[in-house]
Amino acid sequence: MPEPSRTELLSVRNLKIEATSYPPGEPPKTVTLVEGVNFDVQKGKVLGLIGESGAGKSTIGLTALAYGRGGVRITGGEVRLNGQDLLKLDHTGIRKVRGAKVCYVAQSAAAAFNPAHRLGEQVIEASLKHGIMSRAEAEKRALYLFRVLGLPNPETFGERYPHQVSGGQLQRAMTAMALCPNPELIVFDEPTTALDVTTQIDVLAAIKHAIEETHTAAIYITHDLAVVAQITDDILVLRHGKMVEYGSVKQIIEAPTQEYTRALVNVRGTGREEAADQSGTLLKVDNVTAGYSNGFKVLQNVSLHLPKGQTLAVVGESGSGKSTLARVITGLLPPQEGTVSFDGKPLPRALKGRGNEELRRIQMIYQMADTAMNPRQTVRNIIGRPLTFYFGMHGRQKTERVKELLDQIEMGDRFLDRFPAELSGGQKQRVAIARALAARPELILCDEPTSALDPLVAEGILKLLLKLQEETRVSYMFITHDIAIVRAIADSVAVMHRGRLVRFGPKSKVLSPPFDDYTDLLLKSVPEMEIGWLEKVLKTRRMESAGN
Amino acid sequence: MPGGPAQDPGLMAPKAAGANPQPSGPAGTDTLAATPSLSTLSPANDGILSPWGRFVRKSPLAALVLQRLALSIALLFAVSLMIFGGVEALPGDFATTYLGQSATPQAVENIRKDLGLDQPATTRYFQWLGGALQGDFGTSWASRNSVSEQIGKRLGNSLFLAFFAAIISIPLAIGLGMLAVHYRDRLADKVINVFSLAAISLPEFFVGYLLILFFAVQMGIATFPATVYDSMSLTERLSAIALPTATLVLVVLAHMMRMTRAAILNVMSSAYVETAELKGLSGLRIIARHAAPNAVAPVINVIALNLAYLVVGVVVVEVVFVYPGMGQYMVDAVTVRDMPVVQACGLIFAAFYIFLNMTADILAIIANPRLRHPR
Amino acid sequence: MRLRAIPLSAWIGIAGIALALFCAIFAPFIAPHGESEIVGEIWSPMGGEFLLGTDNLGRDLLSRLIFGARTTIFVALAATILSFSLGMLLSFIAAVTGGLIDQLFSRFNDLMMAIPTLIFALVVLAVLPQHLWILILVMAVLDSTRVYRIGRAVALDVAVMEFVEAARLRGEGTGWIIFREILPNTLSPLLAEFGLRFAFSILFLSTLSFLGLGIQPPAADWGGMVKDNKDGIIFGISAALVPGAAIALLTICINLVVDWLMKRTSSLKGGRGDA
Repeated sequence: MPEPSRTELLSVRNLKIEATSYPPGEPPKTVTLVEGVNFDVQKGKVLGLIGESGAGKSTIGLTALAYGRGGVRITGGEVRLNGQDLLKLDHTGIRKVRGAKVCYVAQSAAAAFNPAHRLGEQVIEASLKHGIMSRAEAEKRALYLFRVLGLPNPETFGERYPHQVSGGQLQRAMTAMALCPNPELIVFDEPTTALDVTTQIDVLAAIKHAIEETHTAAIYITHDLAVVAQITDDILVLRHGKMVEYGSVKQIIEAPTQEYTRALVNVRGTGREEAADQSGTLLKVDNVTAGYSNGFKVLQNVSLHLPKGQTLAVVGESGSGKSTLARVITGLLPPQEGTVSFDGKPLPRALKGRGNEELRRIQMIYQMADTAMNPRQTVRNIIGRPLTFYFGMHGRQKTERVKELLDQIEMGDRFLDRFPAELSGGQKQRVAIARALAARPELILCDEPTSALDPLVAEGILKLLLKLQEETRVSYMFITHDIAIVRAIADSVAVMHRGRLVRFGPKSKVLSPPFDDYTDLLLKSVPEMEIGWLEKVLKTRRMESAGN
Repeated sequence: MPGGPAQDPGLMAPKAAGANPQPSGPAGTDTLAATPSLSTLSPANDGILSPWGRFVRKSPLAALVLQRLALSIALLFAVSLMIFGGVEALPGDFATTYLGQSATPQAVENIRKDLGLDQPATTRYFQWLGGALQGDFGTSWASRNSVSEQIGKRLGNSLFLAFFAAIISIPLAIGLGMLAVHYRDRLADKVINVFSLAAISLPEFFVGYLLILFFAVQMGIATFPATVYDSMSLTERLSAIALPTATLVLVVLAHMMRMTRAAILNVMSSAYVETAELKGLSGLRIIARHAAPNAVAPVINVIALNLAYLVVGVVVVEVVFVYPGMGQYMVDAVTVRDMPVVQACGLIFAAFYIFLNMTADILAIIANPRLRHPR
Repeated sequence: MRLRAIPLSAWIGIAGIALALFCAIFAPFIAPHGESEIVGEIWSPMGGEFLLGTDNLGRDLLSRLIFGARTTIFVALAATILSFSLGMLLSFIAAVTGGLIDQLFSRFNDLMMAIPTLIFALVVLAVLPQHLWILILVMAVLDSTRVYRIGRAVALDVAVMEFVEAARLRGEGTGWIIFREILPNTLSPLLAEFGLRFAFSILFLSTLSFLGLGIQPPAADWGGMVKDNKDGIIFGISAALVPGAAIALLTICINLVVDWLMKRTSSLKGGRGDA
């Protein structure tokens, strides 16, 4: 075991973390979440922890504060801060570290701020309670940090309550709260994941600027390698609670040694030529306006079309109306104006007016496969129901067809009698795809089907969708916020912003200049797997601090 | 979960009231499911606003409170209609009931006229309601006395009993609830849990007679029946209501404690309490500064709901202890089918219940920082 | 689910409920005397010839307790099943159809719940003739308001899930959506709720009988037996406490099972709170 050297601020050795799980109807059992993890953080440097969900990133990050969330226990190894093992400290000792030497920035600042107190009070609280500075000094530092982080009206910002500011601003305020007591180390736990792309980059830049300005060391936890490449010095790649690869950013991004890391780096590499002829119209959305009964319009005058056997990607941030567009097409939300036509015939506006044959031809895949499948039905019943419902299949014929579909989604018949809870995230999404395919649809509406999945799994799903399109000539309307996915699979692209269609056409045209303002902003906000990308793009793009 | 900044400021109020599925036993603890309509509050609404809409935008707190008040008045009106109309629509003629089956038609006719039953129902409803609003509930069929006069005497007694039960049980419930949270999943919590589970399972009359047998009959240190009269001194009164108060406290306490525990636990497991913990604050400061301000609303809610239950619990306890209050008056009236008394008592009990539920909702609204400090 | 995972408290509850049910079903075979048969002195003490003593008319208390189990459990169960079916049906229809029907049902339910149950029952029972079926009906209708509220909340929780939307998009009818998609996912909380309602029904029926408005004599039921024997308390005769204790014990047993079911439900949801 190497002895930690003098320059190392935090040094973690041989970490082991366990938790007790309570499976329903079974006696509790102990599970190991993290094992054999070693890393160091140098003074003033940033370490990125990267991995899929369940890799143990957050759990490891919180050990820097000697904290286990919800019954998680640190059972082995050592966590040394300036040479002192945090795990050997008593409760009072740990309290002196938390909020003074090591601070934490949570993923959801909206939940992490106390709704009952003003932001300013919460930002300076730790500094005061640890006796690090006087109230006047703390307030001065808070004001300085609000400025550094680019918050609007920094003088009065602290007087606001958490619910009075936007998500991006809250995330910056949380960073200010962490920086205020002048800590030696900050743990950032996916601070930009819950934000929109265009907001994310501003917050990312603000965080980077602030930690450089204050020379604070940090652990930056994320699942997005492109994000981590912009802000960290070293990267630790984790999988299933174990170390995969540990090295400098340059080494990990440019010369990964492990198979898994290579896959993470290359995950956005897939691409596809767009179809040459995009004149046909299987789906035609004509001048559609839709909204809710209180008069708020979610969609305004949207017109687009999609040829048979092709893919239309609908891109936009949350609130852009892209999911509402899918709801209008399915009839769940009847449009107030305009028409939706399918195969040359206008569709009845509301779901109730549509016949089974019309319903069969348009199927849907959801973002969360977890909630999209009835947890009390087996795979056989989930995929089999459309077969019975639309084609009247029963018995052996139905089983054979379900097996066929399972083969198509590369899963096989051993999954026939499993419940959704017994499947992995990717398998669930595959079953959802099979359920859609079972109806032999001509159009599948895909509502962010890969955004809840880990990158490698997501890539597998995308490849499967492309393969199925070749086999069955099905059309996709693919809703996403991820430009990389658009590049990979689309023939045509629609960019949406605040309920309006800002740009629509073949992929090559939409994604190349001259751009309109919004598309330009959106394209420049997507982090690229390239060191120094953030600095480059910030030069060409104005900070939109006030708005976010 | 990326719980974005709540777009709907009203979301908090109903949640505070209904988020805790409480294992409850006896009657009436359920909260009134009156959620004020919040459609007008949507901040995204960009349409042209009416004066009311502008008011809502400017001060959502006052708007919600006003809405809730108006709703309660409407509810009370509907309840009065139900109590009166329901009685009208049901089968059986009261004059016949009143005189017995063997009465001559002439006698029935006379009594109908006497009781005013020959007038159309709508006329009688408005007469009744108009009277009730001025505190006149008509004349009892059984005793021919003024109902209001009787109620006037007894309402005070009932409130006296409920008041003492409340001031004992509220601090006790909050204290025990906090204790249970503090020792969560440890012995003290489990003991409190088992005892409160047992307590909510006990019928009031069982507890009442048990206490009578032990304290009044065998030990002789309490009085039974709990008679009170005007010339009694306060200490005499207090000693008379000791057992009925204890009965009410025991039953209400268990409910209140369980719900308080759930409400506090809910706050203690929130992300902002974790934030406070990761700031290295002391346990006391976390509770006082970060948990308490957010727990106040749900706990107040719990208390108001249980007070509403107390109002009903009074009925049985009064019968057990032969205590001259509203509950006993009503039960006696029901047995002899003295409708003016039944209607009057029913309306008053319902009014209290609605009022307490309304108070619970309004306090929850006021305690919500999102509404106190609109965007 | 494995038997070993059932905690001791729940086993006690299950055993108690089983014993009460056994008494209720086989009452005529296990009761030493008839239901309203006068067999001895008034209020003879426990032990001796009569295990639990005799009541205010000289009837055997144990026999009446056993027959009382029959009446109490039968009426409470009938009311609960009725209220549950009514409340569930209406709440699921409201949750699935939404819109005007939901508004109509829900507002009416609010109105019903604006009057405390016991007060409502007193007003209604003052007017209606005294029949067993009317009593059951009144209890069921009043209690169904609570079932409706829970049912609607639970069904709405599930109804907004995407698999229900997927079934709608497939073109499934309301019946399929209610019975195949929503109901199987709400069974666990609903089972707990059924237990709660049953416990409530027993307490409520006993309270009504105690006030003289429930089961009419000479039929034995636990609440009524408390009423019959309450005058003995002043003389130190505990006959009234025996049926009272029976009510309390049965309700505790039901609540023990419910408590376990609720914890199970919350752990299924993966919540870390056991509230």
